[in-house]
Amino acid sequence: MAIYTEEEARKILEKALSFSKADTCEISMEGNNSGNIRYARNTVSTSGHSSNQTLVVQSSFGKKSGTATIDEFDDASLEKVVRRAEELAQLSPENPEFVEPLGPQDYDASISYNESTANVSPEYRAQVASSSIEPAAAQDVTAAGYFVDRSGFNAMINSKGLFAYNKDTNVEFTVTMRTNDGTGSGWVTRDFNDVSKFDAAEASNVAIKKSLMSREAKAIEPGKYTVILEPAAASDLLRNMVRSFNARSADEGRSFMSAAEGGNKIGQKIVDERVTFWSDPLHPEVPTATFNGSGQPLKKTVWIENGVVKNLAYDRFWAAEKGVDPVPFPSNGIMAGGDASLEDLIRDTKKGILVTRLWYIRSVDPQTLLYTGLTRDGTFYIENGKIKHPVKNFRFNESPIIMLNNLETLGQQVRVDGNLIPYMKVRDFTFTSLSDAV
Amino acid sequence: MPSMLLGNDIPTEALLQPGMDVMVKKQMADVALNTARANGATYADARIGRYLNQYVFTREDKVQNVVNTESFGVGIRVIANGTWGFSSTNNVTEDGIKKATEQAVAIAKANSKIQKEPVVLAPVQSHGEVSWKTPIQKDFKEVPISEKVDLLLSANAAAMNNGANFVNSALFMVNEQKYFASTEGSYIDQDVHRIWPTFTVTAIDRGAGKFKTRQAMSAPMGMGYEYMDGLDSEKLAGPAGLKLYRNSYDIVEDATVAAQQAKEKLTAKSVDAGKYDLVLEPNHLGLTIHESVGHPLELDRVLGYEANYAGTSFATLDKWKAGDFKYGSDVVNLVADKTQVGSLGAVGYDDEGVKTKKWDLVRNGVLKNYQAIRDQVHMIGQDESHGCCYAQSWDDVQFQRMPNVSLEPGTEKYGIEDMIKDVEKGIYIAGRGSYSIDQQRYNFQFGGTVFYEIKDGKIVGMLDDVAYQSNTQEFWNSCVKICDENDYRLFGSFFDGKGQPSQVSAVSHGSSTARFKDVNVINTGRNI
Repeated sequence: MAIYTEEEARKILEKALSFSKADTCEISMEGNNSGNIRYARNTVSTSGHSSNQTLVVQSSFGKKSGTATIDEFDDASLEKVVRRAEELAQLSPENPEFVEPLGPQDYDASISYNESTANVSPEYRAQVASSSIEPAAAQDVTAAGYFVDRSGFNAMINSKGLFAYNKDTNVEFTVTMRTNDGTGSGWVTRDFNDVSKFDAAEASNVAIKKSLMSREAKAIEPGKYTVILEPAAASDLLRNMVRSFNARSADEGRSFMSAAEGGNKIGQKIVDERVTFWSDPLHPEVPTATFNGSGQPLKKTVWIENGVVKNLAYDRFWAAEKGVDPVPFPSNGIMAGGDASLEDLIRDTKKGILVTRLWYIRSVDPQTLLYTGLTRDGTFYIENGKIKHPVKNFRFNESPIIMLNNLETLGQQVRVDGNLIPYMKVRDFTFTSLSDAV
Repeated sequence: MPSMLLGNDIPTEALLQPGMDVMVKKQMADVALNTARANGATYADARIGRYLNQYVFTREDKVQNVVNTESFGVGIRVIANGTWGFSSTNNVTEDGIKKATEQAVAIAKANSKIQKEPVVLAPVQSHGEVSWKTPIQKDFKEVPISEKVDLLLSANAAAMNNGANFVNSALFMVNEQKYFASTEGSYIDQDVHRIWPTFTVTAIDRGAGKFKTRQAMSAPMGMGYEYMDGLDSEKLAGPAGLKLYRNSYDIVEDATVAAQQAKEKLTAKSVDAGKYDLVLEPNHLGLTIHESVGHPLELDRVLGYEANYAGTSFATLDKWKAGDFKYGSDVVNLVADKTQVGSLGAVGYDDEGVKTKKWDLVRNGVLKNYQAIRDQVHMIGQDESHGCCYAQSWDDVQFQRMPNVSLEPGTEKYGIEDMIKDVEKGIYIAGRGSYSIDQQRYNFQFGGTVFYEIKDGKIVGMLDDVAYQSNTQEFWNSCVKICDENDYRLFGSFFDGKGQPSQVSAVSHGSSTARFKDVNVINTGRNI
């Protein structure tokens, strides 16, 4: 499938909109090409390629809305899908929270597309697999990995005059390396918009090294420890914190962000003053589209500044109810870091645990944002500034809020899953039991 | 909900329109099989799938959304040069199928260059032209939307009238119309139904700055809309006023109790951490079975195929081969079953044309078998697939998925009252809650929906902040008593994820209430 240009997308969307007889109509379309390769036991297990395109029409009569979808873009199909959305709208109950579509908006030009990624070939994917499997096999290690590349576009138009268009690309890579004696495991993740920044061999070697280093881990007592969280580990907990950035849930009294006296915690200091967290669709390391699915422009937004909550996300309905400007949910997350490298953080640690990643994280108490989960694929004991030995994995029960109140040091930022997160050293991180899992 | 489950939005009436005629499906499938053979494939299967979904979402007195979707297409899987290849298309025409099949063969041949061991398939019976249908009484597609909306809004009103501050409710209904054909000579037409009603009730104490939720006590089921009938004959009275449901669900009654319990949770006693005897209700224990028995006994995990995502397993082949690995105590019998009526995993044939069956995983506490499909069983010296191959849609490749895995009820007459009477210091836990387990399935932690303290054989009050941590083998070996078959019920998971790219499947787990001795309970309360 072709990735439609802005002009091609506009032509299709304008044609579809011309068929509308509803009070208001909003139409969005998207398409993508995606390829992947999966390997395990040092051999390729599956690989695939998919192309998808879809166009969604939402027609509204008063507060009654209907949605219809189609994947063919010829004139007859476009008219059919618009008629279908209108029929559904007439049959639907009124939505008391209906909000009319936005008028024309100004969007920043996005930087989320790279031609190099759009040109990834099956041969490239096979090479990624080989770059893991060959060095693994040479070191008595077994590789299991997954690489996926995607290029796509999305565009929207509505009867109020709004038009938006964006193209984006990304690649994601993870590999788990397990020593063949079953006692060591290492893991790495990489993701980029631009595949030319990705080095499969470099990443694979990080995981191989960790698997070899983590053999024959020793058990140490669970309890509260100073931890150095690699960005992949820290981001898992931060992602769960970001889910609480919903102003409506907070105002309704059913969120960590609810204020005890009513309303929400905007303006309250909730974490260490070194914590500043923002989103920015134009950050060169983690770019995204500059509008969301409702056509709202996405701009740099500060959520936590010097430990104080600066913004929560307000959808358009709730913003109108509360008489404030809407604030769209973040499309990425960036946390301010420092200059320290991982080696610096280890060198400055008298006694602590280095955590590669966290696994199977689930909410335990939404009131306190308490989460449980386990360390995995590389957990090490640090003593007097050096990695002393691998340790058995732990189960933790911890809240990102407590974690960010117990900050010791922030290190350099690394891109993880579309976000930019620093290494962080945290005291009194709560491990509650040991796991035998390797 | 997983986005991959959605298809194109369609009007409600369109759900009732018949799909492609079965004879046409056979012709189309034969195009795939013949094209595959002509291009050098040694095996091929085609799955022509029409997936119909209807979801209804409400909150308090408002309908948030009604979604009807349809997805139709064909997936073709082949073996060429000893290697799998897969391709799919929504162009279900001779030309579209021919092209997709050629692509599947080309992918297989390309991947064969780096394949180390050729695929070995266990033999399978040729079934000819057969069909199977979930034994439903009411097709959800024939029940008016207004009836479903009214039922959810009635449940919401019941919750609000009983003190809830908020309530969100939803109905998920699925119909998979699947046609399978393979070069082994089977043409299988199946019509599979599933339903899941659920809600979350929230109670708030603004003054104390606290909120608590209570989830529905329903189970997703492999049933039609008759599950919503709320038959008295399928209700069980639980301890402390709990209402429990077997094969019929009363959502209004459950929402009423839920609101009362959510309020009660606001002032419930925070648990003292320590060792307790746990009395686990089936709609809670099902998730523990799922995570600590279902997943670790998936053969693909044991062999390392899932190492980069879901993980591997502690239940390694050497433990199984030893023949005496004590997975649990002598009273623990765990069975896999793809035929159980009313379960989410029930089908007549799996997604590679194997007739489904029931088999032992753990018998008298000893590990007996795994869950495996056609290209795996030779690796454990067996020559018959277990029939648990599944793909979430026509455009996903099928692979090994968990069958229903259930704990057999106890053989002596023993009810919930007997169980509680026999406990000195314990906690009764009902309903699903927080769950987490490591990548080899040793260490787990589970919460629940409601918790009650048991002292000297009696329930003495509600508890809060409860989670238990254990090790799989230690936990199942601490199982000391299981209620009889009168208490047996199914728990279900509608969206169980596995694989890369990730696919979901639906699976049930049956059990009767069971008791586990001296399990470590932690207090999850925190002050921030």
